[in-house]
Amino acid sequence: MAGVRYVGASRLYAKGAKPAVDMLDLDIKDGEFMVLVGPSGSGKTTALRMLAGLEPLDGGRIEIAGRDVSDVQPKDRDIAMVFQNYALYPSKTVAENMGFALKMQRVPKPERDRRVHEAARILDLDETLLDRKPKALSGGQRQRVAMGRAIVREPKVFLMDEPLSNLDAKLRVQTRSQIAELQRRLGVTTVYVTHDQVEAMTMGHRVAVLSGGRLQQCASPRELYDNPVNQFVAGFIGSPAMNLQTAPLTEGGARLAGAVVPLAPAVRVAADRDRLTEIVLGIRPEQMHLTDAGPSDTVPALGGSAPAAASVGASAGADPGSAVLLGDVVLVEELGADALLHVRLTDGGGSVVARAEGRKPPAPGQRVAFRVQSADVLAFNPATGARLAG
Amino acid sequence: MTAITAADAPTQAPAAPRRSRRAREISGQAGWAVLGWVVGIAFFLPILWMVITAFKPESAAETWPPQFTFSPTLSQFRLVWDGMGPFIEHSAIATVGSTILVLVLALPAAYALSIRPVGKWRDSLFFFISTKMLPVVAAIGPLYVIALKAHLLDSLWLLIILYAAMNLPLAIWMIRSFMLEVPTEMLEAARLDGAGRFREITEVIMPVVSPGLVSTALICVIFAWNELFLALNLTVTNASTMPMFLISSVPQEGLYIAHLSAAATVASVPVIIVGWIAQRSLVRGLSMGAIK
Repeated sequence: MAGVRYVGASRLYAKGAKPAVDMLDLDIKDGEFMVLVGPSGSGKTTALRMLAGLEPLDGGRIEIAGRDVSDVQPKDRDIAMVFQNYALYPSKTVAENMGFALKMQRVPKPERDRRVHEAARILDLDETLLDRKPKALSGGQRQRVAMGRAIVREPKVFLMDEPLSNLDAKLRVQTRSQIAELQRRLGVTTVYVTHDQVEAMTMGHRVAVLSGGRLQQCASPRELYDNPVNQFVAGFIGSPAMNLQTAPLTEGGARLAGAVVPLAPAVRVAADRDRLTEIVLGIRPEQMHLTDAGPSDTVPALGGSAPAAASVGASAGADPGSAVLLGDVVLVEELGADALLHVRLTDGGGSVVARAEGRKPPAPGQRVAFRVQSADVLAFNPATGARLAG
Repeated sequence: MTAITAADAPTQAPAAPRRSRRAREISGQAGWAVLGWVVGIAFFLPILWMVITAFKPESAAETWPPQFTFSPTLSQFRLVWDGMGPFIEHSAIATVGSTILVLVLALPAAYALSIRPVGKWRDSLFFFISTKMLPVVAAIGPLYVIALKAHLLDSLWLLIILYAAMNLPLAIWMIRSFMLEVPTEMLEAARLDGAGRFREITEVIMPVVSPGLVSTALICVIFAWNELFLALNLTVTNASTMPMFLISSVPQEGLYIAHLSAAATVASVPVIIVGWIAQRSLVRGLSMGAIK
């Protein structure tokens, strides 16, 4: 029974400076795989180190299994950590590396050996490697030894600080699933720090997005993807990133690339309440559907003048809840199954990325049209970044 | 027409400069190599001369122009061998003793200045180095008086203490720079594993810095072995060291160059052997702090 709680936890490096971790409130359930994700400087590593006891708390407290551990020594917190650079002891063999913590705890040798062998078996580490020194191992093997060192301790919480960042891309994908599977098997509460949102989305039960020391949103990967609570989370989660375009508000909705994107009534109400004249529209690349918008050479007139809007609206067919955006393809990135189109929208609509079928994507320079459903479009307050409810 | 010639020209033009550039590179490197050899030989020549002279009989040693052909003899070495016994013994004890004392003191000091820095570590570091700024000539008077009062004149303990004091600042600086190389993550992992301070030093830090310790010890050995001034002024017979023996080969009247050469050769041999055995560790240790 080992949940972890951050209660108003803060860390300041200098008086008056911006806190590295600012009043973090996070509730991690027993057995949960929680991923802390965010860009550099977001405070995720600092938060992890505070849990490990390697950084002191300047405010709030941290609880492990209901016990306040804010002033407890790292070795007494019953945790184990996997470091980014593995931090293996170069003069010790693999077996000695893995058994070191147990040796410090005065666990008798037979028990130590049993646990080391058990951990090696779980991690698929060959027995012959146990007598080698770290420098004779490959990067992937070292990473597994680092994990073995943590597993052997049978702790209440696993802490992992970007353990995959030193591996090559292919090994990273492989090890990612191995770690996730291992955690499910062992059922130990795990706090995992990464800057890679793909790792976050694929591995975590829940993901906590941090920025500037503050928690932005903590939810399941699906929830984060579909319902980001602010512009930062919307733009951070998902690859390629969500298209975020500032669009002035008009009668029917928001104007983008000469078309009017209809907005949900709740969004309009929120925008009016905040007295906004423009909003930020968020459209995911896969939500921009290539379409033939009738005469592609008739560019809708500027300003939501009724005839032009009507013509675009008409070509949108019997679908008043959508809009057609026109643009010119600047670059096509072919990924095989899909293609990513970098498009410059008309009427100063900015640059967006759209996902298209991989087989026959449009060519650079071609004029294209995208249909977007207003139900797929998210709206954000341009000043605060907060999501306008909808 | 122009298309064909334009295509050919770019391939021809770089070829000629490429050839002469390569030739210039090679001749430049050869020039540096020659210069390196010349300088190296120039530095080595006096030592070579000293070793050759050690094998000459006294009469052949003092000639000008210097003789290159002579019948080598071991008579000088025999003379040195007979005389040097106690001196070598005293040198060995003073050197080894002071080096051990230095390591015992410098390790914790370096630890307190790098891995777990004490409050005023910058001031402490500067203080250590400042002790080397005082010329030993200025300190010899007070040192003599202190040694006299403590009944330590002409004793090996005095040399051990003084040589340790002499080498300590350098040793602390060197060991500290090696300790700074220990990755912080490794120390944190050890902390998480439950290693106390003692275990942290013995199990984690020592294995990583041991090449640095060896090179520090060697530097201390070399300085202690060759030290003359303190030995000359504070010892007479009971603690006189090899450098003193060399001095005694330079009498007031007459010049026994062959004997001096033999004595100098014998005095250099231990340090050269020690340096030779550990040259790889020396280079590694000395450059450890340099490359991140």
